Amino acid sequence: MNSLYRTMMFVPGNAPAKLTKAEIYGADCVIFDLEDAVSVKEKDAARDLVRTFLSTYRPDCRVGIRVNAQDTPYYEEDVKAMVPLKPDFLRLPKSETAKNMRDLDTFMTKCEEKAGIPVGTVKIVATIETALGVQNAFEVATASKRIIGIGLGAEDFRTDMRMTRSEDGQEILYARNRISLAAHAAGVMPLDYVYSNFKNTEGFIADVKFGKMLGFTCKSVIHPSQVPLVHSVYDPTDKEVEHAKQVLAVYDEAMKKGSGVIALNGKMIDMPMVTRAKAVLEYAKASGKEI
Amino acid sequence: MKLIKAAMAGTLESSDVMVTVEPAEDLTIDLESNVAQQFGDSIKATALKVAKEMSITGASIRLIDHGALDCTIRARIETAIKRALKEEVQ
Amino acid sequence: MLDTKILAEINKIPGYEHKKAFSGAFATKPTGYTAAKPIKCVKPGTKKVYSLNDILDAVGLKDGMTISFHHCLRNGDAVMKYVVDAIAKKGIKDLTLSASSLSKVQDCLLPHFESGVITRVDTSGSRSELGRFIQEGKLAKPAIFRTHGGRARAIETGELHINVAFIAAPRCDKYGNINGVEGKSACGSLGYAMPDAEYADYVVAVTDSLSDLPLDYVSIPQTQVDYITEVDSIGDPSGIATGSIRVSKNPAELVISKYAADVIAATEYFHDQMIFQFGTGGMAIATAGYIREKMLAKKYVASAGVGGVSGFHVQMLNEGLIKTFYDPQDFDLTAIKSLGTNPKHHEISASAYANPFNANPYVNLLDFAVLSATEIDVNFNVNVLTDSYGKLLGAPGGHPDAAAGAKMTIITMPLLRGRLPMLLDNVTTIVTPGETVDVLVTEYGIAVNPRRPDIAESLKGKALPVKSIEELKAKADALAGKRTPLPKSDKICGLVEYRDGTIIDIVRGI
Repeated sequence: MNSLYRTMMFVPGNAPAKLTKAEIYGADCVIFDLEDAVSVKEKDAARDLVRTFLSTYRPDCRVGIRVNAQDTPYYEEDVKAMVPLKPDFLRLPKSETAKNMRDLDTFMTKCEEKAGIPVGTVKIVATIETALGVQNAFEVATASKRIIGIGLGAEDFRTDMRMTRSEDGQEILYARNRISLAAHAAGVMPLDYVYSNFKNTEGFIADVKFGKMLGFTCKSVIHPSQVPLVHSVYDPTDKEVEHAKQVLAVYDEAMKKGSGVIALNGKMIDMPMVTRAKAVLEYAKASGKEI
Repeated sequence: MKLIKAAMAGTLESSDVMVTVEPAEDLTIDLESNVAQQFGDSIKATALKVAKEMSITGASIRLIDHGALDCTIRARIETAIKRALKEEVQ
Repeated sequence: MLDTKILAEINKIPGYEHKKAFSGAFATKPTGYTAAKPIKCVKPGTKKVYSLNDILDAVGLKDGMTISFHHCLRNGDAVMKYVVDAIAKKGIKDLTLSASSLSKVQDCLLPHFESGVITRVDTSGSRSELGRFIQEGKLAKPAIFRTHGGRARAIETGELHINVAFIAAPRCDKYGNINGVEGKSACGSLGYAMPDAEYADYVVAVTDSLSDLPLDYVSIPQTQVDYITEVDSIGDPSGIATGSIRVSKNPAELVISKYAADVIAATEYFHDQMIFQFGTGGMAIATAGYIREKMLAKKYVASAGVGGVSGFHVQMLNEGLIKTFYDPQDFDLTAIKSLGTNPKHHEISASAYANPFNANPYVNLLDFAVLSATEIDVNFNVNVLTDSYGKLLGAPGGHPDAAAGAKMTIITMPLLRGRLPMLLDNVTTIVTPGETVDVLVTEYGIAVNPRRPDIAESLKGKALPVKSIEELKAKADALAGKRTPLPKSDKICGLVEYRDGTIIDIVRGI
């Protein structure tokens, strides 16, 4: 298991065959979905299945659970059942206001205490899929210490905004930008939206590249074939790896000598650059590059 | 505890098990599985275990299995029993 | 490997007294000379085309003899039924059927098995009704299951003596020249028929496309063919040349295929001018596809390809990514057409392809081979003949041959099929010995045979999920859960013969 979150692959919570195979596709994180991928009649079955599955097997990657939204009759049972399993995070749809997040946080604390788990173990990823949610993106992202990322739910957002869908997603450009901005401002992960037409490989790669340009570091995917494509876009190039190695080498040298100003090729190196260089090398290692 | 009505959970798809539970005096397990030879005993044992954990003393549990893993079998039986215990909302 | 008690039982069977147990992939050192055949003499202008009944009389077919057929028409074959029906009508019985393999379509022969026309079988594979008949122990003695190379060896050494070989001939001229690339029932390479044509006492061509003029493409020459008979149809084209084998679309199989390609590319066996073999099936073609991409990226070409051919191999041949192809079998129309027209696409006999007892079979050229399996065990022994219940469903084919010849043998296989683990302590039937198998690739990880620390070293630092075989097995067992061991019958219904003639395992009754 690596510590990256380049890809989050949604897996329908009521499909036994898909649950067991989820980890083989190389996604950094799998999300077992109790929400949109499960019909209303089967919400209980999905909950039971994900619960028994995670009680017995732990996939060799990060695990998140997408619970049902707070305004559904399933939300409470979902959270109660899933927290004790210590998934890496719960993903909350329709995250609109800081209050949504605080309520979930409080509820999760109760569940953790009841299960004897250290409070704060299970994190939160917020899916923003309404106009109000995008408007409140920064408030949502900073509402709770559990929040590790915020993402855009494009389908529902378009509906809420009464938008017309286009193939290249230009109508959601602002929302994407806003979410990326809010995430970075809040110091949490920005999650790029699900590009559902997985058969359009070229369109998908272009979309992921554009998302990367906007600052996204994670893409939600729904099909195994999308995973390696995302990694190939997010993974650093040989040039970027070389540069990162140089930055760290200069930094380490300067630390040893105790010198104040650190420079590489006449340019100053500051902490953000060092952090970024370390991240680049970690991505490189995870993608199998020799470093 | 006794079941209120008959209920079903799961599907006939590969790697899944379709579980049907009906009220009955005693606890009986009826299994149809494409891997009955290797896993029949283990599946029946799981069914009995789950029923016991849920304090069910009387039920007719029928399973049509297509290679479901143990956790799936357990989950589907739990769901079916819970559904069979639920009062109909009028 | 083979239990001494079982060998003792085998040696008690008349005809099997001299069978030896497998003792190593290269342990047997043969001595002696190849078998001889009757000397023939044919005056110019002699007619060869006759009715089948007249031919059966002319060759003196009698009770107890051995007849042979090739399986190049696969599931479209109509010749075996036609010939055996005629033989049965003549009241001849107690024959040994030697087929290069038997498919589901040969279930039509079941009445002749039941009535005693055929009482012994040797083949590569068997399935369906015939398989069941064999495993009910109803043959006069256990069937012999051979590899493609092993059957050629048995024929050439005389161990398998064929009285009459019936060769389904898609195109045949009135002199006896045969090819498989022309005619309405073309099947491509007749590689599996060539040892029979060379060594049988009598060779009979059965054709639905007779030519008055001599053929210009000759696979089996007129010098080897004694008689020819004409029929309306030797087979069903849709069963002979199944549509091109498609790349698997199953995401889990694609994961396995990609890993296999990554493993190959990490080793020294992936180099410019390499020589390879990809087995048949969607996963093998998918692996070939990934390797093709890597070859294009590095501007590598293969100096040769070996083995069965389908449209994908032909595409690579035409692109110049494979310079030349040595082909014992074709699977689709694209491959058949290519064999008939491309001088770089060579037809080779089963013997040339895989017989271990000649001056160099083509499998010996392989840098790597990508093969499949029904089961594998912790010692890397592979089963391709039976399922986990011991039921016949496949064939050794060229599997043990390619595995022995290749410098690196890769097995692609799902770790579980449904709930059943395919990685076991012991396979149900050993067909390919672990000493010739180097890497197992599953969707949950890759295991390298401890015999190959060189390969293990090459895979380090490549972000590939390399695990020990024990770890993979533990994963399979954890997923599957506790299982009841299956009962095993003591009845010996078949002998699994390794390519050198030794017995590596048995097929038990069910």
